[in-house]
Amino acid sequence: MSRLFTRFLTRLLAGLPLLAVAAHAFAAEGVGQIDLKQTNWTAIAMFVVFVGLTLVITYWAAMRTRSASAFYTAGGQISGMQNGLAIAGDYMSAASFLGISSLVYLNGFDGLIYSIGFLVGWPIIMALMAERLRNLGRFTFADVVSYRLSSTPTRTLSACGTLVTVAFYLIAQMVGAGQLIKLLSGSLLDYWQAEIIVGVLMILYVTFGGMLATTWVQIIKALMLLGGATFIALMVLVAFGFDVSALFAKAVEVSPKHDAIMSPGAFVGTTAYDKISTISLGVALMFGTAGLPHILMRFFTVSDQKEARKSVFWATTFIGYFYILTFIIGFGAITLVSTNPQYLDAKGALLGGANMPAIWLAHAVGGNLLLGFISAVAFATILAVVSGLTLAGASAISHDIFASVISRGRVNEKTEMLVSKYATVALGVVAILLGILFEKQNVAYMVGLAFAIAASSNFPVLILSMYWKGLSTRGAVIGGFLGLISAVVLTVLSKGIWVTVLGNSAAIFPFSNPALFSMPLAFVAIWFFSITDSSAEAKSEAGKFDAQYVRSMTGIGLDAASPH
Amino acid sequence: MKNDAASRIMNNPDFVELVAKRGRFSWILTIIMLVVYYGFIVLVAYFKDFLSIKIAGVITLAFPIGLAVIIVAIALTGIYVLQANGEYDRLTRKIVAGEH
Repeated sequence: MSRLFTRFLTRLLAGLPLLAVAAHAFAAEGVGQIDLKQTNWTAIAMFVVFVGLTLVITYWAAMRTRSASAFYTAGGQISGMQNGLAIAGDYMSAASFLGISSLVYLNGFDGLIYSIGFLVGWPIIMALMAERLRNLGRFTFADVVSYRLSSTPTRTLSACGTLVTVAFYLIAQMVGAGQLIKLLSGSLLDYWQAEIIVGVLMILYVTFGGMLATTWVQIIKALMLLGGATFIALMVLVAFGFDVSALFAKAVEVSPKHDAIMSPGAFVGTTAYDKISTISLGVALMFGTAGLPHILMRFFTVSDQKEARKSVFWATTFIGYFYILTFIIGFGAITLVSTNPQYLDAKGALLGGANMPAIWLAHAVGGNLLLGFISAVAFATILAVVSGLTLAGASAISHDIFASVISRGRVNEKTEMLVSKYATVALGVVAILLGILFEKQNVAYMVGLAFAIAASSNFPVLILSMYWKGLSTRGAVIGGFLGLISAVVLTVLSKGIWVTVLGNSAAIFPFSNPALFSMPLAFVAIWFFSITDSSAEAKSEAGKFDAQYVRSMTGIGLDAASPH
Repeated sequence: MKNDAASRIMNNPDFVELVAKRGRFSWILTIIMLVVYYGFIVLVAYFKDFLSIKIAGVITLAFPIGLAVIIVAIALTGIYVLQANGEYDRLTRKIVAGEH
């Protein structure tokens, strides 16, 4: 497979000088009107190739997925670099590729503020969590939380935190998928058909290929996305003779906002509330990363703490590099897309909507071929991300709720795996239905909400379970649920839902993101209800801390717990 | 793991050294990242004029500072890997070997 990709990339690079000439030609005179109603056969052909390849991988993975450990964690045999790529793949969703380049296109520097927020959680995960997660967990992060706490209540909490986070993240991805595919396939596919294609493929990958197929789909997509984005960014630099200051100077000249795109602006806002909101969003992005269930689960796919560390390093490197690319792509789109009437409608707005700058830039620098490739990559990205999310959700249902809470651990591996496959199918169907239900809704708040819930419920409980001896089941459950509920309630009362979705005139909660309040609330509640917990159970839980601590630091006992 | 094994390891000087060194290093990295990131966010929210100072042509101070935050994040994870692969893994291997 890697050979296939090398060959593919070599061909892409071989076409570079030719396309460079083409880029100048396009920029100079344009290549005729783009017809959105016309089906883009290049995109469809490339997408069919991708789907074919991933189905072959799924078949290969299905042959190797016979145990629960293989299903949930690919048997712990993923290497650090592969896992780093897969994590980066989970993180580089279509929303972040199209959304952040679009933010840069519209607001310039502001887009970078957003992407930096997504990146800075990683060093924290590295320093405080990655190794301990690997040493303590088996299949889900609830394994870590319930290591010495009472299993039923803490797994219920973690499963709720997982499912709610996954649901919001999934809806945002599904709605984005439907809109994108409808647009890119011309008149070929309707919105609901696109939803069903995504849902069915995702169910196939996860039920048959488990974590192994999901990981490889994610790795391939990450390479395609990094390769495609690198190529577009390179073509932009070629168009400006590798003179970055010429690129920025041109962007300032042609942008309607001129100099304002070169410094923090509209995104941050001007009122005191807006500024606090910026900080609150920063908290959600930084600590939410450390509480996203589909990301946490990836730490159980590597063999030991050394590979866990390498995963984080590679993930951070790829993600950081990717955000620098999206920044160049956004500025490239200001200079090459916003100035070209073929990408604009009669009023001067972008054809196809606000998320399109990266897609049209691909056309501007690489013609229909690159447009087709990038469209296929965007679709592949959505597929890979929803698969990872669904696997995390299904694991919470089968491993935490079914095997531990309902069956109290008296269940064999075969049954548990079967339940996780049913759960995957059920989640896939729910995702399709929610995607169709939310078609016309504004879902912009949903990813922010997913991060806020992860930061306010999953993260505080998880980190305290690893670091604080005094944590008791009562404290974890009360504080964790308070964080979850307050994050959801405050989001509903904020402008994104209360005004934009529900149509009220003014928001009750004045900030756009709840994390700055809901996360500390969770920490304080966990602390308070733990120290006031004088039950015998709490004492016995504290007594088990030393053994957990030794294992979390050294990995001693790991082999017995996760056979591979 | 049995509790007596746990207390034996907790009294192992190698373990004490590992925990002290790694703990200190982890918190230093965490604090650096928190200071750098929230410093950046505070600059963005409250010191817009400072970030808007032009340093070369149209390019403002915001650009190198933003880029530096990204590079610091990547560098911190790289530094941790280097440090942990060497010293911490050596200590961990010693502790594990002593238990077999």
